Amino acid sequence: MNAKTPRQKMPEQKPEDRIKNFNEVPLGYTPEVAVIEAGRCLQCKKPQCVEGCPVNINIPAFIKEIAGNNFLGAIKKIKESSSLPAVCGRVCPQESQCEERCILGKKFEPVAIGKLEGFVADYEREKEHLPAPVISVKKDKKVAVIGSGPAGLTVAGELAGAGYKVTVYEALHTAGGVLVYGIPEFRLPKKIVSYEIDALAALGVEFVTNRVVGLSESLGDIMKRFDAAFVATGAGLPAFLNIPGEELQGVYSANEYLTRVNLMKAYKFPEYDTPVIRGKSMAVFGAGNVAMDSARTAIRLGCKEAHLIYRRSREEMPARHEEAHHAEEEGVIFDLLSNPVRLIGNDQGRLSGVECVKMELGEPDESGRRRPVEVKGSEFIIKIDAAIVAIGNGSNPILQKTAPDLKCNKWGNIIADSETMKTSVTGVFAGGDIVTGAATVIEAMGAGRKAAKGMIDYLETGKW
Amino acid sequence: MHYIHSNDIIRPTLGRMVVDAPYVAEYRKAGQFIILRIDECGERMPLTIADADKSKGTITLIYQIVGTTTQKLANMKAGESLTDIVGPLGHPTEVKRYGTVVCIGGGIGVAPLYPISKGMKEAGNRIVNILGARSENLLILEKEMGEVGDLNIVCTDDGSRGEKGFVTDMLNNVISKEKVDLVVAIGPVAMMKAVSMLTKEKGIKIFVSLNSVMIDGTGMCGGCRVTVGGETKFTCVDGPEFDGHLVDFDNLGLRLRTYTAEEKESYNNYKHKCKLDGAAGHEC
Repeated sequence: MNAKTPRQKMPEQKPEDRIKNFNEVPLGYTPEVAVIEAGRCLQCKKPQCVEGCPVNINIPAFIKEIAGNNFLGAIKKIKESSSLPAVCGRVCPQESQCEERCILGKKFEPVAIGKLEGFVADYEREKEHLPAPVISVKKDKKVAVIGSGPAGLTVAGELAGAGYKVTVYEALHTAGGVLVYGIPEFRLPKKIVSYEIDALAALGVEFVTNRVVGLSESLGDIMKRFDAAFVATGAGLPAFLNIPGEELQGVYSANEYLTRVNLMKAYKFPEYDTPVIRGKSMAVFGAGNVAMDSARTAIRLGCKEAHLIYRRSREEMPARHEEAHHAEEEGVIFDLLSNPVRLIGNDQGRLSGVECVKMELGEPDESGRRRPVEVKGSEFIIKIDAAIVAIGNGSNPILQKTAPDLKCNKWGNIIADSETMKTSVTGVFAGGDIVTGAATVIEAMGAGRKAAKGMIDYLETGKW
Repeated sequence: MHYIHSNDIIRPTLGRMVVDAPYVAEYRKAGQFIILRIDECGERMPLTIADADKSKGTITLIYQIVGTTTQKLANMKAGESLTDIVGPLGHPTEVKRYGTVVCIGGGIGVAPLYPISKGMKEAGNRIVNILGARSENLLILEKEMGEVGDLNIVCTDDGSRGEKGFVTDMLNNVISKEKVDLVVAIGPVAMMKAVSMLTKEKGIKIFVSLNSVMIDGTGMCGGCRVTVGGETKFTCVDGPEFDGHLVDFDNLGLRLRTYTAEEKESYNNYKHKCKLDGAAGHEC
């Protein structure tokens, strides 16, 4: 095996099959294929891929274990740096992180690092069930983690592993945050998330669900019971378009649409009680991963025409290439350089159409992307019976409202030190989307890793 | 899990449940609500808190049986448990001394009104309670409210109990006789709209409490958005109480009918399943 071996293709469900189910799209590498793919790694002396990973997994080391058929050895290597490998193998944007820097990619295709990571995590979960590690040192200090998304789970895992007593507070009835309410089953099966959460519980982490910190009890109240806290409440405040008609029946935020389908399992309605509108012709506004998830979910729920409406061009779409590709394969229609100006309803207050205007790209704006400008007189109407607004999220303000000492920026994001994740309140750390604004799962985990280091340092030394 | 102490059908379509929820009982204030989920297949349903007992760690929920979830709720028995309760959610009512406060409850709306009326009384206000319903068998908490109010008025659309007429007629009477400083109105959308219009005309401040379509209750989904004074507000975190003069009730009414077809389908499916099971059928 060598570098000239082609990158091993991931077998996938065919588009015509998968649009009829919510099962995962990639079918996973077989052990044989994983070993071949791992054999492509050059084992660089100065591996650039590790630099590209927000949690700095020792990538060549775990790949070497796979190449040597030691899959458990590989997962142990990964778990030295990442607590959620089965999740990251699926949802990390490897093409702009580890794999982008893979030296093989310069001449050939990069090693499929993400797919290998997913493979060993699945192997461990399905075949081996490694027991929870025995924690040798027990510390008497207690830590609260507020929010159970990727950042919170990372901190919980690291601190429990270091011997601290960790309590995780979650507002919803199930732990996992965006991993359970946001990312669809066909991209991240919920059993994988619950496996990771069960593993943390086995490590001694206590999960308190159905608890919204910042309402009855403030952060200050929590700090009376704990020696340190990590705030990871996420970017849970949906942005709307602020155009006429957004109040009509059938207009969803992506958060609402995806929460209904993923967390509440509306795709199994009426077996499950939560309904969701199954539109025949739908519009999704936005072009990020969440927009792709929404459009692909709509297709699986029987939507015949799923329009993805985006004001810039294909090149500027923020979604991962793989997600956009999957969406297109499944029949999502990309209406690019189009901007919604008005939602139209019938006399029952139900959505019946959207008026859009054509856009063209002008001079670059502050983001460096060419600014879209309206083409006068180019208005057109698409008939739709449901719409999903997927243009991003602001920071959830609940906790900050009753924590006046916790400094935030003008967008409501908590200000935290970029290395230690310390906030303006002694003992309180923060990370993930609540600090950065909406970003990726792995970046949130990266912040969790830094915070865990900062917290352990603070708990050991008492120095702030 | 939340142990059910009692669950009684108090009117043909109304139930009252006393259930363990120590955290809610400890912290709840007038005007706040909870979200419950009956079982693993259940939807998240917001419900106002009618009463609470801090020492026992229980709360009282009063619900109207209108669809799958409320029918499932009605079928639960003492000794069984609800899977999830989260709360207290939303802003509490601004309880302080206003002067004379008229508390208007329509149908099931009397349940959330009761703690507000009690709180307003304790804050030193003169309380006029107006309880309205379509007919006698939909009136609730008449005795409890009667103990709180300085003046208590009951009316029904059909005259089967109290005076015959609408709550707006009763309010008009009160306004003609005494100075009213605040109105709190909770009930069907049409009722709150009518009361808001009347108070606007008379220049009287009003709070209404809205019950929108809702999932998470933390401002994350935006499903509960309402138009208040031309701005989009989220009922769960900005409310549930708003200035009735500013609420777009027509849009609220339309949004509440979003799932009419699905609700019917779900209810029929549930009733069918119950018949097949020959039992409560709340296992999912």
